[in-house]
Amino acid sequence: MIKPEQTEKLAFGLLFLATIIVILPVALIFILILVKGLPAITPTFIFEMPRDGMRAGGIFPAIVGTICLMLGTAVFAVPFGVLAAIYLNEYAHKNWLSRAIELSIINLAGVPSIVYGLFGLGLFVTFIQLGASILAGSLTLAIMTLPVIITATREALNTVPKNFREVSFSLGASRWQTVRYAVLPNAIPGIITGTILGLSRAAGETAPILFTVAAFYLPSLPQSVYDQVMALPYHIYVLSTQVPNVSEGIQYGTVLVLVGMIFLMNIIASLFRAKLRKRKTW
Amino acid sequence: MVSKDTRNKIQVTNLHVWYDKVHAVKEVSFAVEEHEILGVIGPSNSGKTSFLRTLNRLNELYPGFRMDGEILLDGENIRSVNIQMLRKRMGVVFALPLPLPLSIYDNVAYGPRLHGIKKKQKLDQIVEESLTAAAIWDEVKDRLHKSAFKLSGGQQQRLCIGRTLAVEPEVILYDEPCSGLDPISTHKVEDAMRELKNKYTQILVTNNVKQAARISDRTAFFLMGELVELGETRQVFTTPRDKRTEDYITGRFG
Repeated sequence: MIKPEQTEKLAFGLLFLATIIVILPVALIFILILVKGLPAITPTFIFEMPRDGMRAGGIFPAIVGTICLMLGTAVFAVPFGVLAAIYLNEYAHKNWLSRAIELSIINLAGVPSIVYGLFGLGLFVTFIQLGASILAGSLTLAIMTLPVIITATREALNTVPKNFREVSFSLGASRWQTVRYAVLPNAIPGIITGTILGLSRAAGETAPILFTVAAFYLPSLPQSVYDQVMALPYHIYVLSTQVPNVSEGIQYGTVLVLVGMIFLMNIIASLFRAKLRKRKTW
Repeated sequence: MVSKDTRNKIQVTNLHVWYDKVHAVKEVSFAVEEHEILGVIGPSNSGKTSFLRTLNRLNELYPGFRMDGEILLDGENIRSVNIQMLRKRMGVVFALPLPLPLSIYDNVAYGPRLHGIKKKQKLDQIVEESLTAAAIWDEVKDRLHKSAFKLSGGQQQRLCIGRTLAVEPEVILYDEPCSGLDPISTHKVEDAMRELKNKYTQILVTNNVKQAARISDRTAFFLMGELVELGETRQVFTTPRDKRTEDYITGRFG
């Protein structure tokens, strides 16, 4: 017979160990990137064009490209995602249509990102003839991000107590008035958090932009949404596999910039969430 | 107490309510007179709250809700009037105090603003009148712009009554309004209800039999979805016609 004290120790040890193992890769990745990448981060590296076939100079066009793609993705994905989520959560009756829509959203979230890339190539680049461009890349990333934004928005809407809606309806509010005045004000921080997290995931994706926008080497800034751009994730791929003799500093420096950007977005999202928790008094 | 010229504010005929397969209200017919307080008592799951929520069509928010029969408000079928107007005319006070996460002022102004009142003077006036009628104005007049959550439970519930009054309803439906309140707060809410008698028709669903005895003019007893008995409160509590009513009010089951 094992005594309860012993099983308690064993359980605690196992659970603690599992948790530590979760932290380990995150910590290692961060340390590795920081140690190897930080020395490369200089104003020249951030704000100048690449030179010598990307073996020297900076990564400015890739940073600008990724920011353009984020903005483009936000423009297409946020309004449609948030509005669709409001419809599904606050308006749609439970019937075969709403179930079919929900099922497609779940499936959309499960599609591998390379499939989005090929879909974007087929639809936006070739069929609609946008060519490889910021527009085509943003649209592709937007479709990939939609399910994340819809799901996050619905979760934010669901955290608003049902009672608030009942109170609003009972005072004679229409459905839209209820959504606008009783639900949305209390869901907005959550919606913003989820949206930023969705966009930050899109910022790091390589496959969807591979055929739709990303330029291999383009040491100039885009002039319009129909231009190709360099983008950080693809640039990292290029530096590490396609160009010989790139210094480790440049490779890791680029990774650090991308991770730093995503990290920053996540911190902003967390701040919003903290603000929501503070305001939440029900 | 009931004078000759009272007329029926609400007329319920053969009302049935279902939630999916559950038959929550069965074959209920009766009238609610203008300016009376009608107490509705009965154990949990007796259909009294379902009945209340059917009156202002709040039940329609729930999937699986179905009703049959007819409810007339001032002789007009509630299903043929505009639903927003219907709910404005029949206000609800819920079981738990449910202030919105807004200031005291904005809670009361929420309803009037929905119905298009924007002038600050007019809103100020409505807020003061409603909170006065709900017997809470003196306690909150100096902190109208503080969060409603800062109030005590009893104050929150009177605030909610004030919020309901602010849209100028004709009928007020109370859904166990004192179930979360201490006796002193309950007393204050009941006082507020007595004050409102002159202007409003009030229906009070309550788990507290004594509360119905204290303030209602007539009392209805629901059991398992059926209306067992309805009569003058004094008669129901002293000489109930039905054995089940007697058992319930004397605490023999419930």
